[in-house]
Amino acid sequence: MRESGQREVFCGLTSIVWLHRRMPDAFFLVVGSRTCAHLVQSAAGVMIFAEPRFGTAILGERDLAGLADANEELDRLVRDLLERRPEIRTLFLVGSCPSEVIKLDLGKAAERLNGQLAGRVRVLNYSGSGIETTFTQGEDQALLAMQPLMPPSDEPQLLIVGTLADPVEDRLVDLFGRMGIERVRSLPPRRSTELPPVGRGTKVLLAQPFLSATARALQARGAELITAPYPFGVEGSRLWMQAAATACGLAPAAIEAVLAPLVERGRRAVAPHREVLAGKRLVLMPDSQLELSLARFLHQECGMELVEVGTPYLDRQLLAQELALLPAGTVITEGQDVERQLERVRAARPDLVVCGLGLANPLEAEGIATKWSIELVFSPIHGCDQAGDLAELFSRPLRRRNLLQFS
Amino acid sequence: MELTLWTYEGPPHVGAMRIATSMEGVHYVLHAPQGDTYADLLFTMIERRDRRPPVTYTTFQARDLGGDTAELVKRSINDAVERFQPEALLVGESCTAELIQDQPGALAAGMDLGGIPVVSLDLPAYSKKENWGAAETFYQLVRALLKPQLPPPGAAKPSPARWRQEGRRPRVNLLGPTLLGFRCRDDILEISRLLGEHGIDVTVVAPLGARPADLLRIPSADANVCLYPEVAGPVCNWLERSFGMPVVRSVPIGIGATGDFLREVTSLLEMDTKAIAAATNAEAEQRSRLPWYSRSVDSTYLTGKRVFIFGDATHAIAAARIASRELGFQVVGLGSYSREQARDVRAAAKELDLEALITDDYLVVERAMAEAAPELVLGTQMERHSAKRLGIPCAVISTPLHVQDVPARTSPQMGWEGANVIFDTWVHPLMMGLEEHLITMFRHDFEFTEGHRSHLGGAPAGAGLEAYGAAGAKEPTTGAATLAETTTGSATATAVASAATAVATAAPAAALAENGLHWSPDGEAELAKIPFFVRGKARRNAESFARAQGLDRIDAETLYEAKAHFSR
Ligand code: SF4
Ligand code: SF4
Repeated sequence: MRESGQREVFCGLTSIVWLHRRMPDAFFLVVGSRTCAHLVQSAAGVMIFAEPRFGTAILGERDLAGLADANEELDRLVRDLLERRPEIRTLFLVGSCPSEVIKLDLGKAAERLNGQLAGRVRVLNYSGSGIETTFTQGEDQALLAMQPLMPPSDEPQLLIVGTLADPVEDRLVDLFGRMGIERVRSLPPRRSTELPPVGRGTKVLLAQPFLSATARALQARGAELITAPYPFGVEGSRLWMQAAATACGLAPAAIEAVLAPLVERGRRAVAPHREVLAGKRLVLMPDSQLELSLARFLHQECGMELVEVGTPYLDRQLLAQELALLPAGTVITEGQDVERQLERVRAARPDLVVCGLGLANPLEAEGIATKWSIELVFSPIHGCDQAGDLAELFSRPLRRRNLLQFS
Repeated sequence: MELTLWTYEGPPHVGAMRIATSMEGVHYVLHAPQGDTYADLLFTMIERRDRRPPVTYTTFQARDLGGDTAELVKRSINDAVERFQPEALLVGESCTAELIQDQPGALAAGMDLGGIPVVSLDLPAYSKKENWGAAETFYQLVRALLKPQLPPPGAAKPSPARWRQEGRRPRVNLLGPTLLGFRCRDDILEISRLLGEHGIDVTVVAPLGARPADLLRIPSADANVCLYPEVAGPVCNWLERSFGMPVVRSVPIGIGATGDFLREVTSLLEMDTKAIAAATNAEAEQRSRLPWYSRSVDSTYLTGKRVFIFGDATHAIAAARIASRELGFQVVGLGSYSREQARDVRAAAKELDLEALITDDYLVVERAMAEAAPELVLGTQMERHSAKRLGIPCAVISTPLHVQDVPARTSPQMGWEGANVIFDTWVHPLMMGLEEHLITMFRHDFEFTEGHRSHLGGAPAGAGLEAYGAAGAKEPTTGAATLAETTTGSATATAVASAATAVATAAPAAALAENGLHWSPDGEAELAKIPFFVRGKARRNAESFARAQGLDRIDAETLYEAKAHFSR
């Protein structure tokens, strides 16, 4: 089912919040308005940083009056910024709705600045605007912008694409190593300048389901895309690792030897949460594009009943395996008309709604338990080892409701 | 173009949202892309609102831009009116829509919406900010609704004393409280009660909690109270010009200001001002504990505490007055991000021999804070974080807020009770700081050997011990603190020998300060004699003194020089 109407989703700028943590030597400069600045700071809780590695070049009336001036101003601002932050190696110019509507060409600006900076700092650009991207698509665009800088190489490697929490990444690399995969690399890398190579020997393993454009660009450079469900929950993670290992030519026994204990332990970790979640009815509002994978996990491993699974966009190709694992007849909505969707939620009265922060308290006030989805992109939830924690994120609101007593 | 890492105020349409969300029966159609819906969470999370803000976003996308975004606006307006049946409709645009110039206001004006009042908002997103947007929205809404009631030009002004002829109590409106404002919810309770006790009724409180129909009753009051000038300034001025309604401009935050407020309101209403003037002093003493708490001997240690103040203009100015006059602090910095009210802040700063800091760059504020070396910071949530980084106690006095600034308990800033709240919230961080230090100081005493922990840190070994520890620490608190503070004043490079021996355990000073200054061994030895809880400040003072003097070495003499310099 496709829906259109008011969307209640962040724009792609939001992904700066986790991308900047992944690459501590990069700065994300949004070229936009006070609204953009306010969005990023509201999503990020910026105040805890002494000086965050992201900011907004706020357009003023003078910049709107003439693009020549705007370009000059941007150059000046970037120079000042880089002077103050000498540790920055890569600068991302992030386009916003206003910069796109006035047609401020950040691609050209990046080229120009790269010339001026003569290799001291690399300048890249991508769009995080709300008219082009939702929420997690910002990461897709950022990775896409890094792709041309990846050196060509046909050496065999497994390339995990999508931001992972550092410890989760270490763990996965270690596990793949134990299976016998020697070269496992990641995009985005921890150091923005140490980009992995890509070429015919590269097998791309997507850690996130929302990286459509990046996946296609890597395929165009000769890489092979591994298709699998995504590494959420025990089953998703198992199939994901298995697919990767198989694609790298490993023998089933070697794979199984590593996976079996993980799977067994993961299932044990999920079990207590399954007790809370089983039989409970679930609605996922469109938000992070993780919805289908989460729905699959919560249904298959936690026994939840799927009332409606919303997603801002549905890339049928990247999500083919997830779709196949969802029970027949699952109601999937693409796009959003938030008012209608809320009407359906009220009518269905599910036991749990996964939604954004703007909707959570109002739904709670109507007596419907919620889990806010933004936590899912900030928390380490990938892999068998995290499956218990992932389930806990959903069982906690229900456990809490049972706990509270006011009479 | 301006680099912004963090901003005190959101864009002006967020100000408009504050007005719409504060009221009942108002809906706001906002021509804006999907990302702008983030603003909902400010209300649902920070204010823990149980309802979504009454805002419909058009959420246009790039692919709509080639087509008919105007159609989308009309559809959104129609749907919103049908679904929410508002009593008044606000129509406006955010930064991006402003660029594509669909003029949603004009579109709405051309639609048949069943006669509901429609207010078109023009909020220039590239030059104005949140508070301006709130003030403009409130003004436009009130103006649109009151248009039919406008007295003909040249009509006589209503007498503010007409309540007497009409045989009723005088009445006023409280204008300006909004969601995401600082403690507005509790201030209006306190001020309504205070006015009631003085025989004054409140006609309309707006925007918070008001419906459009309530706004229609504004002219029936005898005067307007401009409770939050950032939001209500323009509307009060307009009501004064157009309806001849006098405006009460004293903001009743603090004892003195609450007295001023009562005197102003009663004299405007031509009440018996003499009786009231006489009564307010006694009333302040009876109704608020601040005056007595501030005079009580325990507060001696507050004398001359260096305090740095930054916030919106209204709260910063009020805080400066309370700090300097009612608590006996020394204000060492005063500033605001409210450019619209910069003049008032400058004037308040001048009275304290300070230069006001008017900026919306938090890093500039943080730097000024560090340079002023305050012992207490009164600021916004951002200053709280800056102060934390600098290790200075802080109390929050102004927006922008965090969820913790919307407490469950009633906790006003205004009126007599507001003064009580202020005393507690400003003084506690100082006391706690001192208490923690004393605990460190006495930690080798046997009472403290068994894991006494801050109640913030973790559970103590035994509740009895905790109680004993706190009580035991209490007595020396006053003694030692008073001694240290009174002998040292604002500078601290003095040898309080007895205290110094008690703290011989403290860490030695870094021989090389970060800025290339050297501490000589005798300088360090002298520094080590200073009680640890003021040693940091002594070091900072000595270093800034040395820098000012162009010295690169700090010895004992320099310390004494600095002490003399700062105790002037
Ligand atoms: S939706 Fe557009 S204007 Fe709004 S915050 Fe995102 S990029 Fe900025
Ligand atoms: S009770 Fe203990 S921890 Fe709490 S403030 Fe007093 S001394 Fe500190």
